[in-house]
Amino acid sequence: MNWLANTLTSSIGKKLMMALTGLAFLGFLAGHLAGNMTVYIGPDAFNAYAEGLKNLGVVIIAFEAVLVLFAVVHIVTGLTLFYQNYKARPARYAVNKSGGGRTIGSATMPYTGILVLLFVLIHLFNFTFVDKSGTTLFNLVTAKFDNTPYVIFYIAAMLVVGVHVSHGLWSAFQTIGANHPKYMPIIRVLSIVFAIVVGIGFGVLPIYFSISA
Amino acid sequence: MSKSIDLTLKVWRQAGPKDKGHFETLRAQNISTEMSFLEMLDVVNDQLTLDGKEPIAFDSDCREGICGMCGAVINGRPHGPLKATTLCQLHMRHFNSGDVIAIEPFRAMAFKVIKDLVIDRSAFDQIIQAGGFVSVNTGGAPDANAVPIAQDQVESAMDAAQCISCGACVAACPNASAMLFVSANVSHLALLPQGQPEAARRAIAMVREMDRQGFGNCSNETECEAECPKSISISNIARLNRQFYRASLASSVK
Repeated sequence: MNWLANTLTSSIGKKLMMALTGLAFLGFLAGHLAGNMTVYIGPDAFNAYAEGLKNLGVVIIAFEAVLVLFAVVHIVTGLTLFYQNYKARPARYAVNKSGGGRTIGSATMPYTGILVLLFVLIHLFNFTFVDKSGTTLFNLVTAKFDNTPYVIFYIAAMLVVGVHVSHGLWSAFQTIGANHPKYMPIIRVLSIVFAIVVGIGFGVLPIYFSISA
Repeated sequence: MSKSIDLTLKVWRQAGPKDKGHFETLRAQNISTEMSFLEMLDVVNDQLTLDGKEPIAFDSDCREGICGMCGAVINGRPHGPLKATTLCQLHMRHFNSGDVIAIEPFRAMAFKVIKDLVIDRSAFDQIIQAGGFVSVNTGGAPDANAVPIAQDQVESAMDAAQCISCGACVAACPNASAMLFVSANVSHLALLPQGQPEAARRAIAMVREMDRQGFGNCSNETECEAECPKSISISNIARLNRQFYRASLASSVK
């Protein structure tokens, strides 16, 4: 099994792990957003959706376990890459100028990544690891967002997620080797569209909840 | 019509690999706009020599843009601000009188500065050596078209084979990654039937050597493609990734 370790610890192997776990998170984001959309039907639909998820029992636990495992791989690999890439240029340039390749997303990947991690932890402590007895999820969320700084914090966090995803999506396709002259331009546009959908889709929710409060 | 310009250069001076190095401000006066960037440095060096000072050390060979020997970072851009142009083919008409030009060597852990702007690119040679050989039968010359290859395939292989190993991709990469270089050198053989027998071994060996030399990891910033004097596409990097996955996961090469 030495060959597998050699493959995964190589520079391309690490990229592959980032790409595959990243793509899984993009799928999760899409699912999470679709689930949250039930709030526009009404508080009951939103609560029923949350209950439905909980009632999946072992399926949802397995799903969460995979997410945690993927998160550990994504974070550990990402930080390793960040450190190695920093080390690969010990003497920095006095003048830095882009040739036009970098985007805000690509240039800030490690930083937005760390911010997203912090946000996810705060988010979990807000809505997952809390006592939900005697209240519904809708009431819990509305109560949290009845606080303007909180709403602003969430919107800012969603912008950061959008920036991270704007590079992540197309970059994952490039890394798994899916660069095709016909499809790559579409994937790059899709990357931006997905980032905007995620940013606005999740960003509007805190406003909606604060208005409902 | 030729005209002359005066410039201020901020040049990286470093006496040797162990020296800390510093920027030196030099004047380049009465520079014809028809000169190349390297000819401008020649003029500056003439004056430095006449003044009894150490001339600026820089590499160059063909000065036609095909050998890959020259290169420096000009105001933050490898080979200067022009697209698809090596430093020797960058002409002074692209600068204005009074410009301040910062000139630095290509910087990466894998490229040690030997002196001033001269860097050691033997890490690239090690990667090429790790790539090994292609099998070509001895004996009489094979019949033309005995191995049919589509013309567009030949063109793609040639696009990758244009790499002159100058190192601008590494210099431009925010991570000092050599993926564009390695991908070009893996791709031009991977695209041709002649490169198939050793394809798996080559992809694995070259990627391992690239990692061993201390280059950074590609994060798809695409700065390499933007700065490459031969405009080598990052689609080659995707091809290298595919070659590496196939070789690592589906071939018997360990």
